[in-house]
Amino acid sequence: MKSFRLWLLAAAAMLVATGAAPAQTLRIGLAEDPDILDPTLARTFVGRVVFASLCDKLFDLDENLNIVPQLATAYEWGGDKKSLLIKLRPGVLFHDGEKLDAVAVKYNLERHKTMPGSNRRGELSPVTNIEVVDPLTVKLDLAAPFAPLLAVLTDRSGMMVSPKAAEAAGDKFGAKPICSGPFKFVERVAQDRIVVERFADYWNKQDIHFDRIVYVPIPYATVRLANLRAGQLDFVERLAASDVPSVRSDNRLKLSKIVEIGYQGITINVAKSDLAKGNPLGRDARVREAFELSLDRDAIVQVVMEGEAQAGNQWVPPTSAFYSKNVPVPKRDVARAKALLREAGVTNPSFTLMTPTSSDAQKIAQVVQAMAKDAGIDVKIQATEFATSLNLADKGQFEAYILAWSGRADPDGNLQQFITCKGANNYSGFCTPEMDDLVNRSRTSLDPAERKKTYEQIAAIVGKERPLVYLYHRNWLWAYTSKLGGLRTVPDGMVRVQGLKLN
Amino acid sequence: MFNYFVQRLATIIPTLFFVSILIFGLQQLLPGDPAIILAGEDQDPNVIAYLRGKLHLDEPLPVRYVYWLGGVLQGDLGESLRIQKPVLELILEKLPVTIQLASMAIVIALAIGIPAGIVSAVKKDTAWDYAANIVALWGLSTPNFWLGIMLILLFSVQLGWLPASGYVSPAEDLGANLAAMIMPAFVLGNAIAAVLMRHTRSAMLQVMNADYVRTARAKGLVERVVILRHGLRNALTPVITLGALEFGTLLSGAVLTEQVFTIPGFGKLIIDAVFNRDYLVVQGVVMFTATTYIALNLVADMAYFLVNPRLRG
Repeated sequence: MKSFRLWLLAAAAMLVATGAAPAQTLRIGLAEDPDILDPTLARTFVGRVVFASLCDKLFDLDENLNIVPQLATAYEWGGDKKSLLIKLRPGVLFHDGEKLDAVAVKYNLERHKTMPGSNRRGELSPVTNIEVVDPLTVKLDLAAPFAPLLAVLTDRSGMMVSPKAAEAAGDKFGAKPICSGPFKFVERVAQDRIVVERFADYWNKQDIHFDRIVYVPIPYATVRLANLRAGQLDFVERLAASDVPSVRSDNRLKLSKIVEIGYQGITINVAKSDLAKGNPLGRDARVREAFELSLDRDAIVQVVMEGEAQAGNQWVPPTSAFYSKNVPVPKRDVARAKALLREAGVTNPSFTLMTPTSSDAQKIAQVVQAMAKDAGIDVKIQATEFATSLNLADKGQFEAYILAWSGRADPDGNLQQFITCKGANNYSGFCTPEMDDLVNRSRTSLDPAERKKTYEQIAAIVGKERPLVYLYHRNWLWAYTSKLGGLRTVPDGMVRVQGLKLN
Repeated sequence: MFNYFVQRLATIIPTLFFVSILIFGLQQLLPGDPAIILAGEDQDPNVIAYLRGKLHLDEPLPVRYVYWLGGVLQGDLGESLRIQKPVLELILEKLPVTIQLASMAIVIALAIGIPAGIVSAVKKDTAWDYAANIVALWGLSTPNFWLGIMLILLFSVQLGWLPASGYVSPAEDLGANLAAMIMPAFVLGNAIAAVLMRHTRSAMLQVMNADYVRTARAKGLVERVVILRHGLRNALTPVITLGALEFGTLLSGAVLTEQVFTIPGFGKLIIDAVFNRDYLVVQGVVMFTATTYIALNLVADMAYFLVNPRLRG
């Protein structure tokens, strides 16, 4: 009996000594299955959600989109703004125990810039040289000042992987990524789960309160929510707007939302192909203005998103510091729309609106069709499977196209590639030397006030020419168990795991 | 026997060759450039060029076919460009899941469909018959998708008895595996049960009027023995053929059900691959399925040959 008591005491003492916290797992429901888990090659939004626990970045964003340190502790622009000095956090290790130092950062940035198939090459193209100044300092030389650089380094371009592991794995690195984030990769079963576990040597380990995170891709929003309500998940991203009331009425659940940095809009073929000239919408800016005036964005937000979005008319939401107030969201004005059509000498214009088959895009198309009809514009809806629609857009085989963009932290990421002559996503075909010059100016100036002024000029041109009619900015909707605390809502839609805990 | 085997094998090779051309050719009819969709949101021209090179998209169609076939002949089905995993590995990962789901579904279908069919035939034009018919009609007309969500809401959200979705390997935890699979298996089995019930009913009605059944009754056998031994046995042949066909269909994946319950099976693999234009995955999965079908057919033929002396000549 005595020995049994002793044994019990010893067991209790051991429990106290080891902290005795039960192993905690955070289960996150994702809207899609991510693609390759290699920051250099990765291409999807949902992949970035998983990277948030695996791979730390040089810089991060806070709730107000300010750039804050992560693996870097400080930065300094050179006198001519054509170089950037980055100071690194000391004592940071990769998941394989290798040191994260200036040499590793140089390796990573060069990997981003040169690896075949790298999706980061474009973002980092202004960086011409990377120099190791000392073990904790790197210097990036630029061809010209490049304001979005810091914001670029808050995303996949700023993610650092273990050079040793990357060298060993080559282009198979994504199968078992080794970074320096709070969690390390355990396993991935395609379309089923991605499991990561706590990295004991994480530099900021006091902010990590889970032992494991399991990411479960569940494409149907309703099923994702059902899993949350059944207690099988602790958190779901991208809740459907129609499910918001049911989450609100459940006191075991909480809801968080924040306006995204991306947008939903209609791209108009103004010069991408000959189709532009064949249609009054592509040919005449007055017809595009009439079309825009026929739309009631608030009503679109209500019908399509059940109010869970913010109406907008620029590449950044009206809440952004870079939103140009000189070009406000136009109010619906059917009479003016009709007058404009008369002025343009166009009676009963008609165009085809290509629409991906997602339910949001379909709903937008139907509402837009009904609204435009009031102004005498006939919109024909052409529902097209997404991959096919991208291809048609790329070839200019469309008149108008509903397309969403997930957004980038710096406004340039939402603008440059859509509106400049050589922009990779320029489906409208809009191309003027003036616009290219303005966009270039907005990128090379590091003074936010000056950039804002340039954006006002750009907004005025885009608002007049309308190669893109921006409609709204969705709310990121997150639902999670009410026991979960410490959640930070950053407009980029990433689930930051630092500080998260179950109460 | 050996000659017969060689003969059959000789017909299989051109069949497989034809199938491979068909799979490859049909895939090319899919609109949309795979490099563009795989390049993701950014549409970086360098990335698109790289992907085009990797997929040999700039080469003529026959050359691409030879690249692919060359790999297939060496057992290399290529690699998923989206997640960088060998296609064969993906197939082998999903296959056991689909086999289990299909088997459970067919067992459920047989367990419901056949007894319901018998009762409905034997008790023709009674309340039993009507009830069975109503259940069958319900099974046939209920969309899998809707039934799946309703079951999740009832058994997972309201009652909390079963997991809402997901898959656990039976090697890891058999109980959890069965708990995760029972709802999707029921959803699939339910629809098939209705078909089986209708077929069992009509076959039984026909058989129960046959002379030998009358003879059996005249011999004074109890009704249970008449129904099960003399009626059902003879009625089962078309039902089993149908069940086998349904099983075959289930093996090629139950897309909607797998999506609703997030079961990582064949259906989900192929549908995601089609939408993401992950060509090598689509080609690999279809080629694998076709080869399996053909191989199973060969086995069946050999079995007939062994069982049926008339074939041996």
